[in-house]
Amino acid sequence: MSGFNKVVSSYEAALAGLQDGMTIISGGFGLCGIPENLIKEIKSKGTKNLTVISNNCGTTHDGLGILLIDKQIKKMVASYVGENAHFAAQMMSGELDVELTPQGTLAEKIRAGGAGIPAFYTATGYGTAVAEGKEVKAYDGRHYILEESIKGDFAIVKAWKADPYGNLIFRKTARNFNPLAATAGKITVVEVEEIVALGELDPDQIHTPGIYVNRVIQGTFEKTIEQRTTRPSATSSI
Amino acid sequence: MALSREQLAQRVAQELKDGYYVNLGIGIPTLVANYVPNGIEVMLQSENGLLGMGQFPTEDEIDADLINAGKQTVTMVTGASIFDSAASFAMIRGGHVDLTVLGAFEVDVNGNIASYMIPGKLIKGMGGAMDLVAGADNIIVTMTHASKHGVSKLLANCTLPLTGKACIKKVLTDLAFIEIKDGKFHLLERAPGVSIEEIVKLTDGELEVPEHVPEMSF
Repeated sequence: MSGFNKVVSSYEAALAGLQDGMTIISGGFGLCGIPENLIKEIKSKGTKNLTVISNNCGTTHDGLGILLIDKQIKKMVASYVGENAHFAAQMMSGELDVELTPQGTLAEKIRAGGAGIPAFYTATGYGTAVAEGKEVKAYDGRHYILEESIKGDFAIVKAWKADPYGNLIFRKTARNFNPLAATAGKITVVEVEEIVALGELDPDQIHTPGIYVNRVIQGTFEKTIEQRTTRPSATSSI
Repeated sequence: MALSREQLAQRVAQELKDGYYVNLGIGIPTLVANYVPNGIEVMLQSENGLLGMGQFPTEDEIDADLINAGKQTVTMVTGASIFDSAASFAMIRGGHVDLTVLGAFEVDVNGNIASYMIPGKLIKGMGGAMDLVAGADNIIVTMTHASKHGVSKLLANCTLPLTGKACIKKVLTDLAFIEIKDGKFHLLERAPGVSIEEIVKLTDGELEVPEHVPEMSF
């Protein structure tokens, strides 16, 4: 690496420095826009006792779910954790600590973490189990709870295109938590479908500026679909 | 007769107004998209970061990068926009979504809603439901009025863990359309052929019944 060139050529190099007990923030919603090869690298590296922050924990065979097979995750912070048999089993047996967090609160915790804001008030979860032990404050007669922001030792991100400086563009709903995760890692690693030449991305169209990104790697993706729903091609109505 | 899933969706669709931005939850709420009245435009928000959700794709149109909050493959309408999850929930929490429709296990006379967790059963999480009920002013809950065994889901106090406190004002069940205010349920409409007695019997929380309760029309 030299100057602002963030490109690395192996997944091993992409995750160099990742150690047992670290916190990882991962982009993705369901299996859409997940950094699938970085997750596979974590699996083959065998890193353990991880705290993982991600909206979901993949499925039994895909995404972050594969890290449960060898019990690499100690704690999971997520909004929705269905679709995974290992997850349920390890949660029930107490091997896996789970912190369920409302989706919008989770997004804002990561955004705030990356933006240097330690905590924020939100009405979400007031009067529910989510509010237990949290400070409550009223503004204009409405109650809000104090939620603390999140930072990761590593953030793992999937983008569509990057330039060598780590400027990123995401594609469709594969964006989801990825731009937020990118801001909140001490080391942010991004895997992309295509690394384009410097100057090829229009500065006006960049979703994540390269300042947040430490390493970029080009990968190939399976992009597993969770719910394949279609309409017949002949009709035009829903 | 109790309303079918399709009729529930049809009745909710009557509440849509031209120019509404609408978030539809998973299940029956999703069906509402099939009954948007002619001559009005609504834009569907999917909390994973899409405003302007279209119909399901044809086999040729399937794109793994384009899904809805139920993780189903979808399309985009002309004029759609894409954004990250923080921006999506800024829209929701900030009260910019005109109507939210979601399901529930229980609601009570104080507008509390329980929809995400049954203790002792598998816990899957609240997803975006807590943010949706906290952020939206105009929410319609769609649910069955009572369990198969005749146990009311419209209660004096929710028994399951809450998704939100004092946030629900309108509930459409398979038997009735109900408003919640002043610590009571108020019967607005009944499903065609369903008697007031039956609704009263299956409503556990206090129910205010006006002199005339119109039948829903489709």
